[in-house]
Amino acid sequence: MTVARAMVECLKVEGVRHVFGYPGAAICPFYDELISSGIEHILVRHEVNGGHAASGYARMTGKAGVCIATSGPGALNLITSIATAYMDSIPIVAITGQVNSDQIGRDVFQEADITGSAEPFVKHSYIVKDPDTICDVIKKAFYIAETGRPGPVLIDVPMDVQLMETEFLYPDKVEIRSYKPTTEGNKLQIKRVADAIDKASRPLICAGGGVFLSGAKKELAELVHKCDIPVINTMMGLSNIDMNDKLYFGMMGMHGVKAANYAVSRCDLLILLGARMGDRAVVALEKTSGIVIIHIDIDPAEIGKNVDVNTPVVGDIKKILTQLIAIMPEMQHTEWCEELAAVRAEKCELPKTVKGTVCPKPFIEELNRQIPEDCVIVADVGQNQIWTANNICLTDKGRFMTAGGMGTMGYSLPAAIGAKKAFPERTVIALCGDGSLQMEFMELATVIQHGINVKIIVFVNSTLGMVKELQDMLYDKRETAVDLTGSPKFDIIAQAYGIDAENVTDISQAKKAIADMLDSEKPYLLQVIVDKDERTII
Amino acid sequence: MKHTISVLVENHAGVLARVAGLFARRAYNIDSLAVGVTADENVSRITIVADGDDYTLEQILKQLNKLIDVIKVRSFSENDLLTRELVLVKVNCTPAQRSELISIAKIAEAKISDISVNTITLELSDYSNKIRTFEELLRPYGIKEIVRTGTVAIQRGSASLTL
Repeated sequence: MTVARAMVECLKVEGVRHVFGYPGAAICPFYDELISSGIEHILVRHEVNGGHAASGYARMTGKAGVCIATSGPGALNLITSIATAYMDSIPIVAITGQVNSDQIGRDVFQEADITGSAEPFVKHSYIVKDPDTICDVIKKAFYIAETGRPGPVLIDVPMDVQLMETEFLYPDKVEIRSYKPTTEGNKLQIKRVADAIDKASRPLICAGGGVFLSGAKKELAELVHKCDIPVINTMMGLSNIDMNDKLYFGMMGMHGVKAANYAVSRCDLLILLGARMGDRAVVALEKTSGIVIIHIDIDPAEIGKNVDVNTPVVGDIKKILTQLIAIMPEMQHTEWCEELAAVRAEKCELPKTVKGTVCPKPFIEELNRQIPEDCVIVADVGQNQIWTANNICLTDKGRFMTAGGMGTMGYSLPAAIGAKKAFPERTVIALCGDGSLQMEFMELATVIQHGINVKIIVFVNSTLGMVKELQDMLYDKRETAVDLTGSPKFDIIAQAYGIDAENVTDISQAKKAIADMLDSEKPYLLQVIVDKDERTII
Repeated sequence: MKHTISVLVENHAGVLARVAGLFARRAYNIDSLAVGVTADENVSRITIVADGDDYTLEQILKQLNKLIDVIKVRSFSENDLLTRELVLVKVNCTPAQRSELISIAKIAEAKISDISVNTITLELSDYSNKIRTFEELLRPYGIKEIVRTGTVAIQRGSASLTL
């Protein structure tokens, strides 16, 4: 069979049911085989969104999401989404067409060195020149993307190679002598963790995105309850533990909540669990001294990179937690938990809301009252992300996701599309701002074309709010290039695509508007008008 | 501080670009780099001399290990290593200066590789400091051109870096 056909067959063996892509000349042989494969192709309206959709899909399924683009500009447009997945350790397999192999390097039409350009942002990449390696390459690509610390893998296939004949021999097993991720935690190190917890009077767990990647939500909750240890999240970790849990104290870091950052400043033992301590999270640690830090992560390169660590444990979180739970006695830290609970209970006074606008906090609190337990919330980037991260309340059955590492605007809608394709029966809501929606709203067409029932909440304040806030604070209110005057009415834009939409200008309308959105069997957009001076840091 | 790092990699196209790219984007400084195939033709050995503190060295080693094509990474302390660089120096040399330069070459154990009416080309394989001294000795005569390889290194004694 042809390489193109073999590629499709490989995807079928990998259990791929949906792919997100955008065609072009150099990938046409592959598309021609895709028609009859039974794999559903979702036609995004910009390649970058194919990558984000694959990322949303992967976060929900734990399996690599697949995105496709053509050579040159198509492939280059993918890069931002590949880099976004790389920063958040999301497994995706990106397949790109390339110009004919005898033309590579001659600057022909739609030629770009995509493996070279994407190199800093991929876990690994391949350019396939020998038709007989295609099956092996695809098998390895999925294996590398999904194992160890997950990440994106790129496969670039020249058009002439796609048309060459090969034998379809999909390998059962992968053997890469140079890639053997450590999954078992070192027993001695785990014993050290147990001893440290035993000695600590104010232990604290900071659970990051690694808990999802390892599938260790259950184990996290079990350890926390068995040892009575308070938990906080990084942004990537949000919803890996029930947010109603009495031991949960919110998100840490620059944009985090007071209780979480207070907990960091007061703890005597901090256990970082699948959290790479990015610079926005690490600010919470700057004022601490003398605390014992344990870092548990599957990537040894993350340990000691941003934070000095007393005890490193390399391995799969689920396995390590299971081992740890087995040797830990039941414990109580009543006084410590009460101290934190008192901080959590402090109410902060919200500034008065300007007439004709909605304060995001009570709006999201109303959303919390109505969303189903297994709701998927996808936050974009900017103020909308912080409002959502700090106010959304999900149980451990729900799921929060965002482009935490790269902070890529325009992530929420395509990622929501991917999440919805993975779990059509679950409610999926993208929350974004008017800035981010304008980086992704071409995907409203994808939503309609493929009948993807996602809900969109757009906070409209006619400004790039996060940058404005920064300029107000650090640049003496000299606001430049943050005014979004000229933006359309988003409810009308949605309606132009055939998407039902509603406008919310007062909190009193929120209850009904949210109910209508959730009751609708179709995609829906809620435009929530927010005052431009509404802040994330109060 | 200087560190000598030996990296065994799959002998594929593009591997050197991945390794060099890693150093560039993570702002690690490379002093020298040498690549060649090993006894196993599927494996290449990259020898890198890098500058950085202990934190940087640890990060370099860990990040190199993450590259899928990298099979093995080791850093060595100077005492454990036999290191060599090769230098070719073309020096201005009048017929009257020839005997002087030949005696410098003899002392340094360099080879006279080429000679012309007004130049002499010397070749020396030695460790870095020795080469620097050699260069200093030749400078007064006027160096027309100098070509130097990166450092290659092998462990002293019976220990070896293999798969």
